[in-house]
Amino acid sequence: MDFNDTPQEAEFRKEVRSWLDANAPKHLEPELKRASFGSNGLESEDPIKASKAWQKKKAEAGWACLHWPKEYGGGARSAMERVIWSQEEGPYAVLSGLFTIGHGMCGPTVMEWASEEWKERLLPPLASGEEVWCQLFSEPASGSDLAGLRTRAVKADDGSGDWIINGQKIWTSGAQNSDWGLLITRTDPDVPKHKGLTMFFLRMDSPGVKVVPIKQANGASGFNEVYFDDVRIPDDQRLGDVGQGWKVSLTTLMNERLSIGSGMSTGFPELFKFCMDMEIDGEAATADSGVRSKLAQFAVKQSGLKYTGMRAISALSKGETPGPENSIGKLVAGATMQELAMYALDLQGEAGVVWDEDSPQNGRFQAMLMRSPATRIEGGSDEILRNIIGERVLGLPGDIRVDKDVAFKDIPTSGKGK
Amino acid sequence: MNLDFSDEQKQLREQVRRFLKENCPPAAVRAVLEGGQHYDQKLYAGLAELGVLGAAIPEEYGGVGLGHLELCVVAEELGRVLAPVPVASTVYLGAECLMQAGSEEQKQAWLPKISAGEAIGCWAINEGSGRMKPEKVSLSFDGSTLSGSKAPVTDGAIADFAIVLAKEAGGLSLCLVDLSGKGVSREDLDSIDPTRSQARLSFDGTPATRIGEAGDGWHIATQVMDRAAILIGFEQLGGADRALEMGRDYALERMAFGRQIGSFQAVKHILADMYVSATLARSNCYYGAWALSSSAAELPIAAATARVSATNAFQHCAKNNIQVHGGMGFTWAFDCHLYYRRSNALALTIGSLSTWESLLIERMSAGNVEAAA
Repeated sequence: MDFNDTPQEAEFRKEVRSWLDANAPKHLEPELKRASFGSNGLESEDPIKASKAWQKKKAEAGWACLHWPKEYGGGARSAMERVIWSQEEGPYAVLSGLFTIGHGMCGPTVMEWASEEWKERLLPPLASGEEVWCQLFSEPASGSDLAGLRTRAVKADDGSGDWIINGQKIWTSGAQNSDWGLLITRTDPDVPKHKGLTMFFLRMDSPGVKVVPIKQANGASGFNEVYFDDVRIPDDQRLGDVGQGWKVSLTTLMNERLSIGSGMSTGFPELFKFCMDMEIDGEAATADSGVRSKLAQFAVKQSGLKYTGMRAISALSKGETPGPENSIGKLVAGATMQELAMYALDLQGEAGVVWDEDSPQNGRFQAMLMRSPATRIEGGSDEILRNIIGERVLGLPGDIRVDKDVAFKDIPTSGKGK
Repeated sequence: MNLDFSDEQKQLREQVRRFLKENCPPAAVRAVLEGGQHYDQKLYAGLAELGVLGAAIPEEYGGVGLGHLELCVVAEELGRVLAPVPVASTVYLGAECLMQAGSEEQKQAWLPKISAGEAIGCWAINEGSGRMKPEKVSLSFDGSTLSGSKAPVTDGAIADFAIVLAKEAGGLSLCLVDLSGKGVSREDLDSIDPTRSQARLSFDGTPATRIGEAGDGWHIATQVMDRAAILIGFEQLGGADRALEMGRDYALERMAFGRQIGSFQAVKHILADMYVSATLARSNCYYGAWALSSSAAELPIAAATARVSATNAFQHCAKNNIQVHGGMGFTWAFDCHLYYRRSNALALTIGSLSTWESLLIERMSAGNVEAAA
């Protein structure tokens, strides 16, 4: 066992470091290091412009979308090289947040399902950050049960072959900054729910598309609702066959879970620093036995995730496929962050209720408290993740699905009752 | 980066697993539980013959001269089957202590016998109830003999030698005692896990030799327990994994309300959480294994991390294995309680969970803040 690079990995790391050293936007580093909870921390520059400028620079030098083939603007690098790049990119990776969904989910779906002509048109500007994509999947009435979505796509009756879209999507990250959207719709309500879906992509400036920011429970607005009012999509912007949308969406969702070694934050380093700086009855908080027990439990979760990531990287380094252990990442990180935030406020005593610039670490723990409920829901809720571990890792049977062979229009819903 | 065992180490795992499948079925554990034996002598002899007792002992002392990574692999397999043998006392603590701090004469006297399975050791540190602290030691060493008593001592009833923490001239020293010497008395203690025997060891003018310098006892004992914590962590990890498998298998087989109980989310989610705790423990134990095998500067932090995480996982998996089994899990006939017993006994040996939690944060705050990230 060791934590060392192979000679080839070390060579690649050196190359990455020297390029970053010469090209990274170093003047932004202090601000980017303050990034937290939905903000990339930038104040001195427009965050969108800065993100696009950095992506463009990376693309020109061959460092964009390392996992994509070169003909579509990618770097054609191995999974291991991709891990090394992300380790080295450090705080500048925050600038890639704008493209995460496009590069990680929409791009791979287009690559697998679009015509060659469309791939050549869509993928290079997505890789270089000139065009931004969003993913239009969740709806107010279909979150975990995605296949229960209701946004309708109907063939236009003018013989054009176009599709007319009506409905509403929700929780769309970055819709307001996006040029394109990947859209899943219902084309046939008379068949069981998974069979009546069809996938499209569309321009977000198409007539009839309206993006409305959602005011979240924590007061911020990182997500949107997107409304479709007779939006017209040409048939050649369909991905997969009519009725094949569920299968296409699985390409997207599989890619959502492929972020190996991207160690999710639990907030532990910040809490530890807070306790190191804090005193209880004239002694360091870290000398208090109650504090120690709590901190130790957070610490072993943090390190457990860190070394779980390293085990996956070890597999990649040997050219093997990582095991299922990475499926625990978000489940552990989300719940830990929420508990940890509550504990950090507990340590602040009654003053913990105050959330302003004088709060410890500029109110980071209060912000964490208010953001963490979303972490436990977005991208697969804790319960869905436990189902995935139970069924795909441990081999337990799936739930019995009462809506399995029922036509979509006949499935009871919250609105329709029994 | 390579945070994994090598192919050879994985082959060793398979070999040990096959051996234990044959030689340590649940019936063997029950024989110790129900039969009033202190340990499974035949199994212990078999392990010696297989070469696993001396895996990390150098060849010059009669060992196999592999290393600590191999010993971690062995420990995990022993933990999986709840092997009722004194390996932790003799090898992780006894042999490790002698290799770390023993004199040439002490090593020559005991290490070859340990490798051969001819000598059993015990680690006699604790006195009385409550968290173990230096101030609590009252047993004394006068430079040549010991007087006082220690309890509970795992394997104290069957050991050939003991490593004893004793007061000496205002400080603490670690002493090596041949238990065939005069003035030794042993008393069996009942415990929550009779598959590993506990005893009170008393000394009355018993001849002993010091391990290391006078006054260095607590320091040496801490270093030895750090190393043993990682190995015991692997035993806990093996137990956690097996308890998870038992729960999973039962959830597939048991039918209720016309379906497999594993199809109910209430049961599935318990098992998913068991998988999470076992996975965190595995990753933390691998970190510990790396530190142990490379004698890294962060060994004390890695040891406490592995130990806390492995204790969490084994207790969590063992108690929830019973929960998944329902009433059947609380019968004497099912093996669930064997894991529950062992998980709770191992949680206390060489320092309880809260002791190790405290050590982890003490060590992190003492310097290596980097380790927090």
